[in-house]
Amino acid sequence: MTSDADNPIVLDVRAMRVAVRTDHGDGPVLVDDVSLQLRRGEVIGLIGESGAGKSTIGLAAMGYTRRNCFIVGGEILFAGSDLRAMSLEQRRALRGLKLSYIAQSAAASFNPAMTLMDQVCEAPIRHGVMGRAEAEAAAVQLFRELDLPNPETIGSRYPHQVSGGQLQRVMAAMAMIGKPEVIVFDEPTTALDVTTQVECLAAFRRLIREHRAAALYITHDLAVVAQIADRIMVLRRGKMVEFGEARRILQEPQDAYTRRLVRERIASLAFVARPESAVPLLEVDGVTAHYAGKPKVIDDVSLTIHRGDTVAVVGESGSGKSTLARVVTGLLTRASGDVRFDGASLAPRLKDRSRDQLRRIQMIYQMPDVALNPQQTLLDVIGRPVAFYFKKTRAGVRARVLELLRQMDLPENFIDRKTSELSGGQKQRVSIARALAAEPDLIICDEVTSALDQLVGEEILRLLKRLQDELGIGYMFITHDLGTVKRIANKVVVMLRGRTVAGGDTASVFAPPYHPYTELLLSSVPEMRPDWLDGVLARRSARASA
Amino acid sequence: MRLFGHKLSVLAQIGLAVIALNLVMAIFAPLIAPYDQTTVLGDAWADPDAQHWLGLDNLGRDLLSRLIFGARMSIGLALVITALSFFIGIVSGFAAAVAGGWVDQALSRFVDLLLSMPTLIFAFVILSVLGSGLPVLIVTIAVLDSTKVFRLARSVAVGLVSLEFVEAARLRGEGWWWIITREILPNAIPPLTAEFGLRFCFTFLFIAALSFLGLGVQPPDADWGSMVKDYRDMINFGYAAPIYPAAAIAILTIGVNFVVDWMLSIHSRGQGEGA
Repeated sequence: MTSDADNPIVLDVRAMRVAVRTDHGDGPVLVDDVSLQLRRGEVIGLIGESGAGKSTIGLAAMGYTRRNCFIVGGEILFAGSDLRAMSLEQRRALRGLKLSYIAQSAAASFNPAMTLMDQVCEAPIRHGVMGRAEAEAAAVQLFRELDLPNPETIGSRYPHQVSGGQLQRVMAAMAMIGKPEVIVFDEPTTALDVTTQVECLAAFRRLIREHRAAALYITHDLAVVAQIADRIMVLRRGKMVEFGEARRILQEPQDAYTRRLVRERIASLAFVARPESAVPLLEVDGVTAHYAGKPKVIDDVSLTIHRGDTVAVVGESGSGKSTLARVVTGLLTRASGDVRFDGASLAPRLKDRSRDQLRRIQMIYQMPDVALNPQQTLLDVIGRPVAFYFKKTRAGVRARVLELLRQMDLPENFIDRKTSELSGGQKQRVSIARALAAEPDLIICDEVTSALDQLVGEEILRLLKRLQDELGIGYMFITHDLGTVKRIANKVVVMLRGRTVAGGDTASVFAPPYHPYTELLLSSVPEMRPDWLDGVLARRSARASA
Repeated sequence: MRLFGHKLSVLAQIGLAVIALNLVMAIFAPLIAPYDQTTVLGDAWADPDAQHWLGLDNLGRDLLSRLIFGARMSIGLALVITALSFFIGIVSGFAAAVAGGWVDQALSRFVDLLLSMPTLIFAFVILSVLGSGLPVLIVTIAVLDSTKVFRLARSVAVGLVSLEFVEAARLRGEGWWWIITREILPNAIPPLTAEFGLRFCFTFLFIAALSFLGLGVQPPDADWGSMVKDYRDMINFGYAAPIYPAAAIAILTIGVNFVVDWMLSIHSRGQGEGA
């Protein structure tokens, strides 16, 4: 890092407090006494779980707060002047030009009715610092620096005509075009596939270095922040837990919470092998399926799950993982091939299956918020399968629900609460309890941890593992997170564009020689080493030139 | 004061007070009204005095008593019609959303057909052919009104059907009645309640309009719409008689709208996430 004298502080946040204030009175304090100093060319990573106040800090650093939130204390000095003391017009003149922001969902941040070029050039033209031609030239230059395909012409496209990773990079171009002094990256790669994430991370980092911008990089993934940040601030419930050099935080975390974050990332669960029965639990045999009038989504897919197996189905979004689950459950009718459960062929359509067949295959979803009816109590949600499949009395249902709550480590007095009153992790436990209430042989887990915070997700994985060891259930584990796969699955099927490209025991699939796509996936999973990204990029360019 | 777990706005409190007052008037009309609604008590258009606070009407009946009994007829009728139209609209709208495919197409196109005809003309034709007895009036307006409820119920349900808790119920093997009543209805209550308030107002005004045109409530029963019709000419002679029922219609409509506005505002604010 450069010395203080020739590189003054551009952003100086001092003892900032942000709190909720509504008509009904004061709400909770979201950010409590956070201070940081940012110089040019420096990146500070803000890390923490949801509710830690990361995004609130990122926005407040630009002098902005969400509805009903207010900066109630401290100073935010940008180039020496306090953003809080400025008028609305003064702040607006800075935003989009000197202070810029890159949001998590690029798709939601672009106007679908305007071309990319119009949107990228809007801020400098509106602020009157560049002419149209000058702005377009600068945009093309940025597109080139960001490794976008066809940098000269991509600007004439509309947002839906480019991929998610490309759109995220276009957004970076939009943020960079005014030559900002401070950029706030708010989880810019979280919604992307791992393989796309690598490209974006590399592009962002090069851009920050070349333009010597100061950046706040917000993420929940320690491995991502390790690649890009010079210093890391760990946050929890709006308070700073630990702040220091990236390398030190990752290698010698001082605080107990940081240590847990770092440790869980590396942990692994041991698989308990079971003797394989002669008849597999689920056999998917050469299945092809498509939505009405559309091309095939999955093509000739086969896999086998035995009792007590955890078979991970991995692949990027759009690879057909979830469609496979829909075919197995019967929500989508297969076009050809066969799905056999416990030796017997399952009817292609859901309504042609027997109640007992439905009972034996259960499903757990990605988003616990929409997987549970918000108006129902835990008794309704978990008790319904008990009453529906086993025809128990009211007292019998209640007793069984209490037993399941205990098994999920949920307090028994939750039984009469509505599901909307629970946290994300608790909801996911209720989803698992609902699946278990049917006493299934197979549970399809569709990205069950990806919507949860890291530590909460770990707890859910442990719970699933424990239940499998106790009950011998088979899991079909759909995920894009290879880290999760390595920890929980004993078999893996890798999917690419609707086909399976690799399959077998986890150990053999993830050991050389790999299928090229498996290797791409594996090498794209961020690791905690700060030089990981450099290594990946070096290896890839070496191979490309060879 | 709180309702549905939210603090009531001042306007909503006024609205609720108006509704409560009207409901009390409607339910306890025979106890509250000083006279019978059909008894002739004196000269036509007698001026207000201590016995008859609002005076007498065109046939010498007590105006205040007719106003109170009119509340019973107008509000009761509007409530019955709105409730019936909601039952028809919700069941068919939810069924269309849950079943999808040709069921949805058939129901939606039929509703489009009904909606393409002006409601008042349609009601005119039916009431002229079948006569304007109360049952015919109720069913006609309820069916015509249910098309609008259908559209709302369907669109709300289409959004809910795609959510995973409904998919989970389908995977469990639940029938469509369970899905409609247990999974969808509880989540559709807030928008539907607000719509109920609005549709109640429209129905109420529609009956008033029909009565005013002579096709609604038939004499000698009092209702606010026909009272306006019966007394309207007297405004030329300086009598306030038609103002009272007209004001009653206006006040109740505004009161209900206050409450509906508040409901819509809490609905659009969202329920917030659980802790």
